[in-house]
Amino acid sequence: MTGLAFALLLSASLAAYMINRRAALALRDRGERLHSLGMFHGLYGLLLILVPAVVVTILWIMLQNGVINTLTMSSLPDGALADMANPQLVLSEIQSLAQGRVFGTPEPWKLEAAERMNDLRANSAWLMVAVVAALSAILLLVSRRQVAAAFRARQAVERIVMGLMITCSLVAVIVTFGIVFSLVFESIRFFQMVPLTEFLFGTRWEPQMPIRADQIAAEGAFGVLPVFLGTLVITFVAIAISVPIGLMSAIYLNEFADRRFRAVAKPILELLAGIPTVVYGFFAILTVAPALRAWGAALGIPVAPNTALAAGGVMAIMLIPFISSFADDALSAVPRSLRDGAIALGATRSETVLNVLFPAAIPGIVGGVLLAVSRAIGETMIVVMAAGLIAKMTLNPLDSVTTVTVQIVTLLIGDTAFDSPKTLAAFALGLMLFIVTLFINILALRIVRKYREQYD
Amino acid sequence: MTDLPNQRSKPAPTWSSDEFKGRLARRHRKEAGLKFLGLAAIMLAFLMLGILLWTLISGGAQAFRQTHVTLDVPVSAEMVDAADPAGGNYRGVIAEAMQATFPEAPQERMRALSGIVSNAAQFVLRDRIVEDPSLIGQTIQIRVPVSDVYDQLKKGNVDELSDESTRRLSDADIAAFRQLEAEGRITLPFNWALFTQADSRFPELAGLKGAIIGSAYALLVCFLISFPLGIGAAIYLEEFAPKTRFSDIIEVNINNLAAVPSVVFGLLGLAVFLNWFGMQRSAPFVGGLVLALMTLPTIIIATRAALKAVPPSIREAALGVGASKQQVVFGHVLPLAMPGILTGTIIGLAQALGETAPLLLIGMNAFVTSAPSTPFDASTALPTQIFIWADSPERGFVARTSAAILVLLGFLVLMNALAIYLRSKFERRW
Repeated sequence: MTGLAFALLLSASLAAYMINRRAALALRDRGERLHSLGMFHGLYGLLLILVPAVVVTILWIMLQNGVINTLTMSSLPDGALADMANPQLVLSEIQSLAQGRVFGTPEPWKLEAAERMNDLRANSAWLMVAVVAALSAILLLVSRRQVAAAFRARQAVERIVMGLMITCSLVAVIVTFGIVFSLVFESIRFFQMVPLTEFLFGTRWEPQMPIRADQIAAEGAFGVLPVFLGTLVITFVAIAISVPIGLMSAIYLNEFADRRFRAVAKPILELLAGIPTVVYGFFAILTVAPALRAWGAALGIPVAPNTALAAGGVMAIMLIPFISSFADDALSAVPRSLRDGAIALGATRSETVLNVLFPAAIPGIVGGVLLAVSRAIGETMIVVMAAGLIAKMTLNPLDSVTTVTVQIVTLLIGDTAFDSPKTLAAFALGLMLFIVTLFINILALRIVRKYREQYD
Repeated sequence: MTDLPNQRSKPAPTWSSDEFKGRLARRHRKEAGLKFLGLAAIMLAFLMLGILLWTLISGGAQAFRQTHVTLDVPVSAEMVDAADPAGGNYRGVIAEAMQATFPEAPQERMRALSGIVSNAAQFVLRDRIVEDPSLIGQTIQIRVPVSDVYDQLKKGNVDELSDESTRRLSDADIAAFRQLEAEGRITLPFNWALFTQADSRFPELAGLKGAIIGSAYALLVCFLISFPLGIGAAIYLEEFAPKTRFSDIIEVNINNLAAVPSVVFGLLGLAVFLNWFGMQRSAPFVGGLVLALMTLPTIIIATRAALKAVPPSIREAALGVGASKQQVVFGHVLPLAMPGILTGTIIGLAQALGETAPLLLIGMNAFVTSAPSTPFDASTALPTQIFIWADSPERGFVARTSAAILVLLGFLVLMNALAIYLRSKFERRW
């Protein structure tokens, strides 16, 4: 059905293009002087149909499921939901019944509801096609009536295109608002169940405790401090390993390497940045963590199976090219005159780098490191696979710790009920993550920009 | 000032003095030290990359081949009714075939011997018979996968010398398998099932078809949404937007959006697309939507850079012959910037292909045993399939995870190679 709707609106708009263009050309052939080229008359018809019809169709597809679900749920017999703790489970059961997946023997009212849902789906699909058809026909007539010698079709087309482009650039803003709004909305619901002070200052994180929605979260179970501490430990490990390696390789590439080595080495380093993080996660659990454990055992140091060192170390590998390319850019951006001046005074290359270039490049490097920190905090797959699940108040990198992102994913994996504090806690964590990384990013970009202005 | 020879009153330390030489040597040592440290850092990074790739290749290579056993299967009419071939007792047929293969084996060993053949054998046989019911009553030869433990045995991952109680296969099991090998029934062909089958609970049957198609749908949706939106936004911001507070806000916004952690986009998708709009869980369409929002900033930034690289003389020339501003952009600047835009888009899509966390949150880690036929069916994607398999305890899934990663990396290399080709082929330096 969706395909039919799109085919319909595409053919209608193409038809509008041809009809209007031909009408405009016919006017010209009759000796009238057109303001715009025939093509623009055609394009005007095309856009006049395409834009509203596509918007309507997409909105319809996005909203129809929600409407159908509400209609189905509201038409359930009275009392059917009364003894159900969770209407969302009922809804998902009806949905799977409607798709023909029957488990066991469902109650008759559920089967009825599933049938009604299917009816509503079919009706909605037909209604959508009908609406698209009617809309296209009306707009085709409207645009056809506007074809006239004096009609400024090009200006009209350009206005529509400009409007479209402005809308496109607004999407980025809308997405940001969507993120902030959805996170804040769900977090507020969370903080109605768990006080904000408990969340921020509690030292115990045991979110799995409230299983059913009617249970109230045990006091102190949603204290975010140990989770934050875990994130800090892993981030610290990652940064402590990646910054020296990244900086050193940037210095070597920038100052000592000949052009051929640089041409080979830089893309290989970039490869490390292009590897998906799920691959790093697998590498951490398959190779790095067992190796660390074996070394620990050989030295007599107890190392947890999912030690923070494994997750942080592998994350460091991922961050090396990031830091190295930022540092490389920062070193290259130092004006040539500084470098030449140092060399002319007789400084060796290493003295030039360490005493002249490096201090001058510090703001850019710091900006890059800050961005790396924000990536390390927000990095998900490596820690989900290689870090622990249990929040502990510890600073020991050999121990197993958990992070904000790990908790978000484990709380939301599988079926989610939007009325339990367990699910909503993930959104509160997400909000904190968003605020912290946003703050770091803005700071980093500001430092980088400020530094650039000094020399340009 | 030029001719003043031998006018020094006291001998200054010259470059040849011991003190001077010592200092110079120290400085040179420091230089060499820094150089060595830099090279060591780079080599360390290379070493890590090497270990990573080596782990994946050595672990994943095995999964590209799959041990098969060839069986003579007597399809008797008692077991399979010619009127209803799909409803036959194929498990029994396979058991009979094993009995025929090991005629001297005692009855109580038969259960263990049937375990050599994968659980899929009965379905392979069923499909064969349903396709051609005239085979009922005959003895036919089929080649089916062996189950995972025997696959591991064939690939040399079972230590036969270890204590019998510590391994899953008894000595008798291994002897039976060796007998089949001696009879030439065991083969190790290329594992096409990895690409033609969807996920399964049994490692010897699990394939990537569902994940590849799911990823393809998600990327298609991602491209269809983010490409036009990104280009539209970039053109407006680069060519038309007046320098106002409003356009400044949009710019800052896009830069920040590019650095938002991917898991946050997953939260957005879960709250907005699944919870508020009631869209289908685990659907590649929703995955594509979320990925599109993530890719959008990348495409906008790449497009703006490509537009900026077109020299102003092109614009001025077009304006000079009377084109409107939009005609200049769409008729001249955009086509010239297209190679750069496409390169940026492909790189953005390659990033989206490897993205896992947001897909996990919208449920694309579901266990689905059939490939999706539309973008609205439940499905996995390549990275989430890797995540699922990495979590599975069976030995066979370890190799399969590496193989899946190699497939994913293969796609990434292809996309990046395409981007590099486009750049080198069409890029113009002005």
